[in-house]
Amino acid sequence: MAETLSSSLLESSHRHRRKQRWREEMIRSLLFACALVSVATTAGIVWVLARETWQFFQQVNVFSFLFGTRWTPLLEPRSFGVLPLVCGTMLVVVGAAIIAIPLGLGSSIYLSEYAADRVRGFLKPALEVLAGVPTVVFGYFALTFITPLLKAALPSTQVFNAASAAIVVGIMILPMIASLSDDAFRAVPRSLRDAGYALGATKFEVSTQIVFPGALSGVLASFVLAISRAIGETMAVALAAGATPRLTANPLQSIQTMTAYIVQVSLGDTPAGSMEYLTIFAVGMLLFLITLAMNLLGNRILRRFHEVYE
Amino acid sequence: MIRTVNLQRRRTIGKLFHGLFLAATLAGVALLLVLLLEVAREGIGWLDWQFLTSFPSRFPASAGIKSALWGTVWLIALTAIFSIPLGLGAAIYMEEYARKGRLNTFIEINIANLAGTPSIVYGILGLALFVRWMALGRSVLAGALTMSLLILPTTVIASREALRAVPNSIRLAAYALGATRWQTIWSHVLPASLPGILTGIILSLSRALGETAPLIMIGALTYVAFLPKSPMDGFTALPIQIFNWSSRPQQEFYNLAAAGIIVLLVVLLSMNAVAIVLRHRSQKNLRW
Repeated sequence: MAETLSSSLLESSHRHRRKQRWREEMIRSLLFACALVSVATTAGIVWVLARETWQFFQQVNVFSFLFGTRWTPLLEPRSFGVLPLVCGTMLVVVGAAIIAIPLGLGSSIYLSEYAADRVRGFLKPALEVLAGVPTVVFGYFALTFITPLLKAALPSTQVFNAASAAIVVGIMILPMIASLSDDAFRAVPRSLRDAGYALGATKFEVSTQIVFPGALSGVLASFVLAISRAIGETMAVALAAGATPRLTANPLQSIQTMTAYIVQVSLGDTPAGSMEYLTIFAVGMLLFLITLAMNLLGNRILRRFHEVYE
Repeated sequence: MIRTVNLQRRRTIGKLFHGLFLAATLAGVALLLVLLLEVAREGIGWLDWQFLTSFPSRFPASAGIKSALWGTVWLIALTAIFSIPLGLGAAIYMEEYARKGRLNTFIEINIANLAGTPSIVYGILGLALFVRWMALGRSVLAGALTMSLLILPTTVIASREALRAVPNSIRLAAYALGATRWQTIWSHVLPASLPGILTGIILSLSRALGETAPLIMIGALTYVAFLPKSPMDGFTALPIQIFNWSSRPQQEFYNLAAAGIIVLLVVLLSMNAVAIVLRHRSQKNLRW
């Protein structure tokens, strides 16, 4: 009697175990599927871009796309040389980097080396708020505030111009450089700083000759990632930089970036499969490949850098 | 390395650069203030009840953001429904289940790169995948699915950080009492990391709130005089409306754009405030 009872108890406990194990496996698979969605997203992006870009290159020569100097896909005679768009993007990105790199680097040194905890506790959230401002707001700001200022200073400024877009994109990526570089500086062990002070160095000398070289790779990664973000920035350039694809180095002129072109086309009515529709994907593919290369590089440097001090 | 020139000069240089570094930091804050003041100056006079409760119009005086506001609410609500379980699920798998190995490293690198992929590329994906291939059309559902993929990396990264902050002793204690892995996660790890996870989710959703480019790509409409009644309806959103008004030459539309920006920023800042309060409280209540 006692034996049969215990054996049936054992039996039911076994069954319970099996059920539980099955449940655990189900949950595990479900969570794994969630993790795979990100991989599927990348695959989806590559697939979608590649398929339509392939279509595009059935009709346009790859070389005349990459090295052509005239971009007039919407007007006859049509020409699909992407260089004017790349040039427009570069003009904005270089301008943004000239503004954001010194300011961002200066802020990060101040935040990590100079600022008292209290000051830091106020400045860091302020920069986070700046980073959280939507890009369309920066576009509005460029159009209604920066451009009139530029016009007052330099009368040859056009209503839409690369300079105002570059300035706001610079403001936009500044917090990213400041915050990532700040992380890099703070990862440098305190003992290195103390050694510097023990040798009689001033704070400035410790910051620039000990902390900065120690954090150099992290700082470089912040530049690469921020520039990648500037390349992909869309709304501010679509609003402020204009819609005139042009090979120029003059930032006061109206230009068009790769991203702004994509927006321009999709604002109109473009039937699927038409040439305009396909150009979105070809330009998008180029944009994706450039930013992907920079992100891979930037994240790789960051990873290496973390390994050094951890 | 440190030249033995006179100390006075080195100190002066140090002070000079201290000032420069401070100036660089304040420049960012000053720019933020200028931006906020400029927007407030242009828009505050146009912000009234009528503005919040009217549909867009050709006439600036009677134009409003009713459809944009409701479109944004629909969009964010649907995005939350898709992105929270997906993001959290992925984070739990990577933090609690995955072994260190090639696959995990690959997923990690992949997520880091997705986080840096331009939002307009997600728009292209949404256009081809959801609008055309799945034939969802220019609906709020297609918009929300696109936005969910866009904010997935940030949600995963933030949730992973929150999960990682739970000390291992909590897990070991649960295992020692015979709990399974999922029981441990569900009743101990998740409750302990909830404030951090919520903070991350709110910040990710606030990013979706301000995104414009992907919505333009999937064809959110710029002039909408109705409210979405189902996920399959067309829609507009607050940033789209702001973009539309900003791209017109008349001063009145700039004012409308500024008023729209004020509403958008107020919503964003209150979401950020909630996130900061949550983070602060969770840091205070932690007593492991």
